Amino acid sequence: MDPVHGVWRDGVAPTNVATWRRDVDRHVRTPVVAFTLTAVFWLLVGTTFALIASFKFQYPDWMGETAAMTFGRVRPAHLNTMIWGWISPAGVAIAVWLWGRLLKTEVRHVWALNVSWVLWNIGVTVGTVGILAGYSQGIEWVEMPLAAFVFLVPALLLVAYSLLSTLRHRRVAHLYISVWYIGASLLWTPVLIVAILLPIYSGVPHATANWWFAHNILGLWLTPIGLGAAYYLIPKVVGRPIYSYHLSYLGFWTLALFYNWAGVHHLVGGPPPQWVVTVSIVFSVMMIIPVIIVGLNHHMTAFPRIKRVIWSPTLRFVVFGAVSYTVVSLQGAMQALRFWQEVTHFTHYTIAHSHIGVYAFVTMIAYGALYYLLPRVTGWEWKSKRLISLHFWTTAVGISLYIVGLTAGGVLQGFLMNNPDVPFMEIVETMKPFLWSRSIAGVLMTVGHLAFAYLVWEIVRKKGERPPGPVFFRQPPAGVYRMMTGADPDTGDGSAAHPVPAP
Amino acid sequence: MITRASLIFLGALAAILMSFTALAVLPAAQLATIEPTPGTEEYYGPTRRGREVYVREGCVYCHSQQVRPPDFGADIERGWGQRGSLPGDYVYDYPHVMGTMRTGPDLHDIASRQPSADWHHAHLYNPRSVSPGSVMAPYPWLYRVVEVRGDGPDNAVPLPPEYAPGEGFAVIPTEEAEDLFAYLMTLKLEAVDTPASDAAGATE
Repeated sequence: MDPVHGVWRDGVAPTNVATWRRDVDRHVRTPVVAFTLTAVFWLLVGTTFALIASFKFQYPDWMGETAAMTFGRVRPAHLNTMIWGWISPAGVAIAVWLWGRLLKTEVRHVWALNVSWVLWNIGVTVGTVGILAGYSQGIEWVEMPLAAFVFLVPALLLVAYSLLSTLRHRRVAHLYISVWYIGASLLWTPVLIVAILLPIYSGVPHATANWWFAHNILGLWLTPIGLGAAYYLIPKVVGRPIYSYHLSYLGFWTLALFYNWAGVHHLVGGPPPQWVVTVSIVFSVMMIIPVIIVGLNHHMTAFPRIKRVIWSPTLRFVVFGAVSYTVVSLQGAMQALRFWQEVTHFTHYTIAHSHIGVYAFVTMIAYGALYYLLPRVTGWEWKSKRLISLHFWTTAVGISLYIVGLTAGGVLQGFLMNNPDVPFMEIVETMKPFLWSRSIAGVLMTVGHLAFAYLVWEIVRKKGERPPGPVFFRQPPAGVYRMMTGADPDTGDGSAAHPVPAP
Repeated sequence: MITRASLIFLGALAAILMSFTALAVLPAAQLATIEPTPGTEEYYGPTRRGREVYVREGCVYCHSQQVRPPDFGADIERGWGQRGSLPGDYVYDYPHVMGTMRTGPDLHDIASRQPSADWHHAHLYNPRSVSPGSVMAPYPWLYRVVEVRGDGPDNAVPLPPEYAPGEGFAVIPTEEAEDLFAYLMTLKLEAVDTPASDAAGATE
């Protein structure tokens, strides 16, 4: 096979590049729009749980009579709706769309994706209601009752079935790196879920299996989709190829080999056999290699044209996410070390860290990807650049405040906890201002989520007059504008690639 | 024919199966025959149901159950246990509730330092009644407010006036609250023969 990217496998390129893209995009309109809409719905539900959970630290007796709204149920409900209701389905929407683009052919078995969407949402509903009603499995990141996974696992397998069988019909000779990431994640994730649900653990091994699983949901499910999207979108929007394509192979294989060993660093200082913990620390540190590689590739591609973040909503969100990936992963590699864990383990620092991963990295990239793909899939434009701008700034400032507040608070908490002369209640008091900062950050992010939900609703609804042209934060200079909308109409933002067909 | 695509994806699958074996299956095999530590008993009726309440209400999100060994943190100096936790302490635990957060203190040895039923019930009914400034959630649905007739119920939870339900009423624990207390009283780290300093390395 010809290793050169972009060569058509059957040797016949379509005469009009924009036409095949439009066909491929429109072919997956139903599942992409459906997955996106419910993802945004669950984002709002998860945000509500987040606010309730956070404000309970300021007002612990608020809704204190209602069992379903107690902190210990709302917190896992927040995590599960965000992971399984928001970011996973949003990731599926992005993956499905990317798949047709990257294989240059229509995604096969769209019915399977539609069925998956139904199962997926039943699963998340059952799971969320189950947790609130008191049927949590009690295992962190696997709280939803088994009944939810009865729907979720087949839903995932249907997505894998549709995408992997499309592979056989690909019209490209070469598999772009994003295909590697997404394809692998679709194999990894069902294995992960089935493995953690096996009734073969108890006590300490249950804990090691638990953190192997939980860390891999981020590392082998959400991360590959986020990286796959960034690998596609950054070159698209800046109009240059990836900095080093060879490095991207190395980045993939090192991630595939190292990441899945890292999870047990959550049990440093705990009772598991020391060798298991040590192995995880070693692999956590080795993650520096894939992270530097991916960072080099993303940043060196975007950097020469970084000014485009002034104009392009997609690029601004994606670059924010890509930089966060570098930050969270280098932090993760360092914090696995014993001397670091001695302070930060068991503190709010860990909560901040996980939000850099799931929010500042994956969620921000998902926003950027949706800003790029929804106009192309729906054939409509975003309604308001001001609202996109509001979405960006509230979420970017909100998550930054969240991270700074809880990281600083967590480090302080850790040092105080390791000083036996400090009474425990004094630590609780010391944390209160930091927990306030989290609630304020949460309110800011909520504003952004509402703006985003409204924009998504409007672009799907397609009512009224079609908003004009691709939406940029500001009008790019003429030369850049032509480049972003003209020569290759797929570069840049908005749906310029698909002018409204004449009636 | 093995295509490039299947090579990539088979490789990816092999990678995850390796780590699954190492991090989940091997520890399970290694610890399969471990002896429970002294005082660690199988859960029965009340303690089993109490543990289910502990899991259901999500206590794990604020309370760990793993005392760190000496020279790692200050758990033992804080009086959270006389030794670090050992794998043998957990042999009957499903799901595990070791936890990763200490918004509240570690509970693996709570029965040693706070054995009072009155204190626990008042604390669970409203944490601020015995621990001012606490941010813990209250669990009033584990309790019932009853009208006092005569001397009042024997098991009335002693509460300071501002948290009590008012003149002529008393708070009594439901069976779930009694079960939860019974479970908490199983959380006790007894001395083991192994010197405590070896605790961390005992299963190396």
